[in-house]
Amino acid sequence: MNPAFSVIFLTTLIGAAQGLFLALFSAQLAGLATPAFLATGGVVALALAVAGLVASFFHLGRPERAWRTATMWRTSWLSREVIALPLFMGPLFLWTLAHALGLGYTLVLGGFTALASVALFVCTAMIYACLKFLQEWASPYTLVNYTLLGLASGCTLATALAGLMAPELVGFFGAAALLFTALGLVSRWLSLLRNARLVPRSTLQSAIGIRHPKITQRAQGFMGGSFNTREFFHGKTPGALRSVKWAFLLGAFVLPLALVALGIVSASAGLLVLAFVVQYLGLLAERWFFFAQANHPQNLYYQTVS
Amino acid sequence: MTQLALVIDLNVCVGCHACVTSCKQWNTSGAGGPLVDDNPYGADPTGTFFNRVQTFEVGEFPNTQTVHFPKSCLHCEDPPCVPVCPTGASYKRAEDGIVLVDMDKCIGCKYCSWACPYGVREFDEGSKVMTKCTLCVDRVTSTTLPQAERQPACVLACPAKARLFGDVHDPESVVSVAIREQGGYALMPEWSTRPSNHYLPRKRTEITIHAEDLVRVDNPLKIDGQLPELPQQGAGREDFAT
Repeated sequence: MNPAFSVIFLTTLIGAAQGLFLALFSAQLAGLATPAFLATGGVVALALAVAGLVASFFHLGRPERAWRTATMWRTSWLSREVIALPLFMGPLFLWTLAHALGLGYTLVLGGFTALASVALFVCTAMIYACLKFLQEWASPYTLVNYTLLGLASGCTLATALAGLMAPELVGFFGAAALLFTALGLVSRWLSLLRNARLVPRSTLQSAIGIRHPKITQRAQGFMGGSFNTREFFHGKTPGALRSVKWAFLLGAFVLPLALVALGIVSASAGLLVLAFVVQYLGLLAERWFFFAQANHPQNLYYQTVS
Repeated sequence: MTQLALVIDLNVCVGCHACVTSCKQWNTSGAGGPLVDDNPYGADPTGTFFNRVQTFEVGEFPNTQTVHFPKSCLHCEDPPCVPVCPTGASYKRAEDGIVLVDMDKCIGCKYCSWACPYGVREFDEGSKVMTKCTLCVDRVTSTTLPQAERQPACVLACPAKARLFGDVHDPESVVSVAIREQGGYALMPEWSTRPSNHYLPRKRTEITIHAEDLVRVDNPLKIDGQLPELPQQGAGREDFAT
């Protein structure tokens, strides 16, 4: 697939927003955080979610019709995501407001936001995992990775915010950030191992229905580009793909782990902020790779221009 | 239940692209507005086409077969592109099984094109919505066209009659008979999409010649002694023929 930056930003931004909220709500449940800190964190989470929502509109050819997407929730995971996102953002806004103004009911609002947040992780991941012939995506790893990477980046951001505003919380959030980043590394690594061993179920033989081991395409029907050649090919070399893979393994997992650990030990807010920035950039690369690695069976029909 | 579909005979298709151009001509002139045709005479032309003819070479020289392979929406009986649509713009008509996109509901998210293993949906850069083969729904359901023209444009255009059109659920239709009697098959059966369009396989045309068939035993010239008579042959195939 050709990665679309609108979707890369959408999934990474709302993932971080969900992770950040869940981290903040855990701190509230544990009775560790002040309402002022929770309200500030809520504003940041909300800002990330809004940014993700804005990014998603750039993916649409007809954004003015976006309201229609809420109609097919019975069958479409994309429709479910479109419903889950405001169900997450609305209560998140109220929860933030309740903390800022001391209105109360924060546990109920937070509980609802947490449920919506989990539902949103499931919906976002299932958009990709439900496409069974995109074998790189059709796996429980997609669900686990989207959730763990969202939690990891959210917890790293919570640690950075704590470093700036509430140093007593750095240990709590930092431990969560280290835990989820490490778990994310393990599950993403396992999914890379799985995908490296995939055998494509569709072949040129099944694509055109001719039983012969040697079939060569001589013409794809046109010399210029088409939607088929633009949307489903990333056009990068295997070497570039490998570089992105190592870059995201380093940027999304290894460096943030080191930076968060260093930031906690040296009590440096700057290092913690840097950890989140590096991890977010790493996750952009991770998401780019997630899309680029998916090999759509339609590509079998577009192997030779002429 | 009716399921309209195409049956494409790969043994007949000569790869002339007449179905491609007629499809483009009909569908760019319809009620949905033009299909984009960007930079048509430039270095990098691109545009929306519902139908393409591709060419494959099967085997290794000198034992090769050239297969021209027309490819358009297969109007699956279990279309994976339909349930993923968040707006309901992508749907399968109950009355005739044609898979369509409602261009007034489509938001252009392209998710349905990801969900089609065959890559037969095309996002139109002009109208910013997803487009696809409609099986010329405006032709086949027309009440004003002459009966003989109520067929998809590609079927009418094919000079070799490699494309058949009909109801694959009617066992006596021309398409069902062709599928049944000529080994019609579906593409990528591994994904259980149950495509309605079928393809008829390439067939090698061969005749078997026996050596004794080349010699006419009862050649009158030989009987008259004007040609040397061949040595008497034993019982041949003719002797056992009924």
